[in-house]
Amino acid sequence: MSNVVQKLGAKKRAAIIEASLKKRHAKERRLRAYGVAAIIFAIGFLVTLLSTVIGNGYTALQQTQVKIDLEIPIAKLLNDEGQFDEKRLRRYGWGSSIKKSFRTNFPDVTDRMAQRALGELVSANAGFELRQLVEAAGPEATLPTSFWVKTSDDVDMLMKGRMDRNLPEQQRRLSDQQIAWVDALVADGKIRKVFNTTFFTAADSREPESAGILGAVVGSALALMVTVILSLPLAVMAAIYLEYFAKPGKVTDFIEVNINNLAAVPSIVFGLLGLSVFLGFFGLPRSAPLVGGMVLALMTLPTIIIATRASIRAVPTSIRDAALGIGASRMQAALDHVLPLAAPGILTGTIIGLAQALGETAPLIMIGMVAFIVDVPTSVTSPATALPVQIFIWADSAERAFYERSSLAIVVLLLFLIAMNLTAVMLRRKFEKKW
Amino acid sequence: MAKKTGIKIKAADVSVHYGDKQALHNVSLDIEAKTVTAFIGPSGCGKSTFLRCFNRMNDVIPSAKVSGSIQLDGAEINDAALDPVLLRAKVGMVFQKPNPFPKTIFENVAYGPRIHGLVTSRREEQDVVEDSLKKAGLWGEVSDRLHDQATALSGGQQQRLCIARAIAVNPEVLLMDEPCSALDPIATTIIEELISELQKKFTILIVTHSMQQAARVSQKTAYFHLGELVEHGTTVDIFSNPKNDQTEAYISGKIG
Repeated sequence: MSNVVQKLGAKKRAAIIEASLKKRHAKERRLRAYGVAAIIFAIGFLVTLLSTVIGNGYTALQQTQVKIDLEIPIAKLLNDEGQFDEKRLRRYGWGSSIKKSFRTNFPDVTDRMAQRALGELVSANAGFELRQLVEAAGPEATLPTSFWVKTSDDVDMLMKGRMDRNLPEQQRRLSDQQIAWVDALVADGKIRKVFNTTFFTAADSREPESAGILGAVVGSALALMVTVILSLPLAVMAAIYLEYFAKPGKVTDFIEVNINNLAAVPSIVFGLLGLSVFLGFFGLPRSAPLVGGMVLALMTLPTIIIATRASIRAVPTSIRDAALGIGASRMQAALDHVLPLAAPGILTGTIIGLAQALGETAPLIMIGMVAFIVDVPTSVTSPATALPVQIFIWADSAERAFYERSSLAIVVLLLFLIAMNLTAVMLRRKFEKKW
Repeated sequence: MAKKTGIKIKAADVSVHYGDKQALHNVSLDIEAKTVTAFIGPSGCGKSTFLRCFNRMNDVIPSAKVSGSIQLDGAEINDAALDPVLLRAKVGMVFQKPNPFPKTIFENVAYGPRIHGLVTSRREEQDVVEDSLKKAGLWGEVSDRLHDQATALSGGQQQRLCIARAIAVNPEVLLMDEPCSALDPIATTIIEELISELQKKFTILIVTHSMQQAARVSQKTAYFHLGELVEHGTTVDIFSNPKNDQTEAYISGKIG
């Protein structure tokens, strides 16, 4: 008996295989080309994104300052014991003395309108910051006779080349006259650019030159802390229950389908839930990282449950059987043997869930973390904003200086995300056991 | 302890279903104490399924349904009120593929006594570990590296560690599901010698694919085919004078 294949002669057989081989190779090459094209496409987008964000944001690392000659009559600010007197500190005209000193650069300017335009070149917060500087130095310190104070954000933009001098005057934030003054100051060496420490040490402000991301970073950190504390134990317990104890049936199927659905629910819906339940029903504080963390925990739960179940299933059943075989209860088998082996996968899933939560904006807006907060939050119940929300607020602001700050904040957010994903990879490498 | 000739386990009318499929048909078999009983038969004949009935490992499989009666020293083990944990402390198991926990050698052996609360101090734990490893014939090879990873041992050593782990809780019955199928001939010989040694203390049920192994280690043999117990008796009788044609065909290598 011989079948179709056996009936072919050796030559014919070889020819057919060869012909089909050519086709197969061509197909393989095509597939590879598609793959390479897809990767180039993706990398192209990534490079565009990064170059745009960094290109727009790196200038926010610098801040323009102007030199002010000013002798501060420190004796006038002290009380009888030689300490700073709150009342006198408050009464001393910090802002006006800076402006007065600044005007001495241009003695010809006497017109009130022009004097006002001149004053606009210095930051509105310069007086406040000078007071903080003097207070920090202490009552006994010998103060210098000249200070570098921040310029207004418009001068900052001009100095960074982000204001087009060729635009018609009425379309510019600075008039021709103001630009001429700035140029004169530059020529005098009274303008400099320094590293913008404020960006990393301050919370939000109405003045771009005084605004920073520390408040948002701390707010995000507090919210994520709440998220981990709530979602990790809950999710792991739920996953263990579903994998080890739930009897297969309609109820379990229903729960399973719903967990998978929950992972696909738009985040703003979780925000609405938080608004109506946590704020409306339980009366928890508005704008608080506590509530933000709770909402993000709800969102992260399904992600961690799914990751945990997958890693529990990846542990060979032989390990579970071994434990059960010597008389371990199901709980002991799960906690003593399966969970430690599943831990790297659970950790990775958790960190990826948290990274997702870190970048989430919509639900936080719903529960009021979009508020304008000038203080760095100190507890999970103090009003706060979060990093992505801060980016949203700044990107929405009119001032050009906020635009560069929002770009730099995006870079910071991306750095945090990269750090978290790297941690996930490293933890997995470290704890992964082989057998 | 039961006498050498006493009946340790009485299985009567045991059937196992996996969903709609019946894997075991009304098997009745008496197991003698301190004897090695071998279950032989072609693949898929239900011998492993039967073995897993003795410590209720089939409970783990959601679709499995066991009926019939198995009495261990006169007590029904399929009783719903009986905690399988209690049963498995009496009926230990060694699996087909060596499956040490990915922990240290010491932790592997100490785990059983510890969870059952059989040891109360570190000192006692060390005693049990040492004794169990000696009984499993592994002590000489690992005594100086008890705190190394168990997974670093060779396959044969891992299987002996699994035996040490099973006997550390001092069970009365030891189930072995093809314990040598993943091992080389030398490791197999060592395990077979060990089984003969362990027989003095434990009632042993062993599933094996190797006819020679059944002949070497067991005193009783049961031949299974398509989920039915075809023939059972002393190993000598089964191998030299099988009553059933199927048994003879299998033993002489015509089927299987």
